[in-house]
Amino acid sequence: MTNVSMTVNGKSVSGEVEGRTLLVEFLREGLGLTGTHVGCDTSQCGACVVHVDGKAVKACTMFAAEAEGAEVKTIEGMAIADGSLGTIQQAFQDYHGLQCGFCTPGMVMSAAALLADNPRPSEAEVRSYLEGNLCRCTGYHNIVKAIMAASGQSVEPVAAE
Amino acid sequence: MHNFELVKPTTIADAVQALSGEDAQPLGGGQTLIPTMKQRLAAPARLVSTLGIAEMQGVCTDDHGRICIGGATTHASVTAETASTFPGLSGLAAKIGDPAVRNRGTIGGSVANNDPAACYPAACLATGATIVTDKREIAADDFFQGMFATPLEEGELITEIKFPVPQASNYQKFEQPASRFALVGVFVARFGDGVRVGVTGASEDGVFRWSAAEEALSGNFSAEAVSGLSLPAEGMIGDLHGSPDYRAHLVKVLTGRAVTAAS
Ligand SMILES: Cc1cc2nc3c(=O)[nH]c(=O)nc-3n(C[C@H](O)[C@H](O)[C@H](O)COP(=O)(O)OP(=O)(O)OC[C@H]3O[C@@H](n4cnc5c(N)ncnc54)[C@H](O)[C@@H]3O)c2cc1C
Ligand code: FES
Ligand code: FES
Repeated sequence: MTNVSMTVNGKSVSGEVEGRTLLVEFLREGLGLTGTHVGCDTSQCGACVVHVDGKAVKACTMFAAEAEGAEVKTIEGMAIADGSLGTIQQAFQDYHGLQCGFCTPGMVMSAAALLADNPRPSEAEVRSYLEGNLCRCTGYHNIVKAIMAASGQSVEPVAAE
Repeated sequence: MHNFELVKPTTIADAVQALSGEDAQPLGGGQTLIPTMKQRLAAPARLVSTLGIAEMQGVCTDDHGRICIGGATTHASVTAETASTFPGLSGLAAKIGDPAVRNRGTIGGSVANNDPAACYPAACLATGATIVTDKREIAADDFFQGMFATPLEEGELITEIKFPVPQASNYQKFEQPASRFALVGVFVARFGDGVRVGVTGASEDGVFRWSAAEEALSGNFSAEAVSGLSLPAEGMIGDLHGSPDYRAHLVKVLTGRAVTAAS
């Protein structure tokens, strides 16, 4: 076991991990931050997406010890300080961008990474950026609408509707 | 997953030292290796991470005008840093997997793995790139030896890949929609002295050069030059995503599209 320290949602945290401890295990089991989901555990679905030093990564495909010293942000860090929903989260609620909600943490974190890079993406850019985020409930149209709305753009009926 | 020791060196020298231990293996972005270890298809005793090694990061140009990319450079960094100097390669890197994979996965890990459907090997072959390790330099033509097979020895580290920059180039990928790897991918590179074509995803022998197309395109760099050619289906991969005939056909179609997009 080795000790690992990082900043998670602005708070310094540390804990004991094995070499093989995944970042997602450290977040969920070590820190009790169960908002980050494990959908596949095979790097395919994106339910586990978090930000490490500002970049979207799959927390099931990175070791906790690799995040030593990093700034990590999870879905728990997306709410506004007073506890109300952040812009992207609120848009997911307003546009019914979730059904069972299992994929939602990863969708929101991917959307946040996209909007940080590209504040006014086209619908095609949103769809392309979400390539690694699978929604088993297949609610993609509303997810895309939510992200368009969160970026302050008008929400047209989307392609294929 | 079996447990292991994770080592995070900051220099190539320290990495090479750490890799000399028994059952030690490089860890790039882990986008292939971690899923493999979860399935217990790999169980190294020690992983040596390349992502903290500054001398293996980033893109530069050498005295021969070649674009040199550090072995631990992520796909996202390759996309950004070669956009103006080598758009064909930048476009290839931009289509690998998804954004999260591109933020972790490295060019060295991809080339070392030599997955028969990986993208970079097509660019390495089509440009006649040189794979540089801690021990030697290997020409791409000698490096890709069939599915997942390379001349790399245990613990040998890819530190850099050097690409001669073509006058025009383009990569066309027909995505396998579930894995997002290439069902077939074709990289076409036009140099002053001829054209080279690298094909991935198609053959049971892994990435290969399509020499008939190279010959035709060197005389006439247009999609029509390949439209009359045909590739034998024998030796092509057949699976539920595409038959050998289908893949052989795709190689031709994608080569034509790459030529049109490159010129
Ligand atoms: C969902 C998904 C989609 C993907 N889609 C594509 C795609 O479309 N096209 C594509 O090409 N790839 C794709 N990949 C694979 C991805 O590009 C990987 O990043 C890449 O194959 C391996 O790079 P890595 O840095 O993650 O290597 P790792 O997984 O860390 O390592 C892979 C292998 O290379 C060895 N290795 C790592 N670095 C070095 C080095 N510097 N020198 C020597 N050996 C080394 C390791 O020991 C291991 O054997 C996809 C992966 C996922 C999960
Ligand atoms: S749980 Fe990480 S990609 Fe599915
Ligand atoms: S809302 Fe159910 S998986 Fe996406």
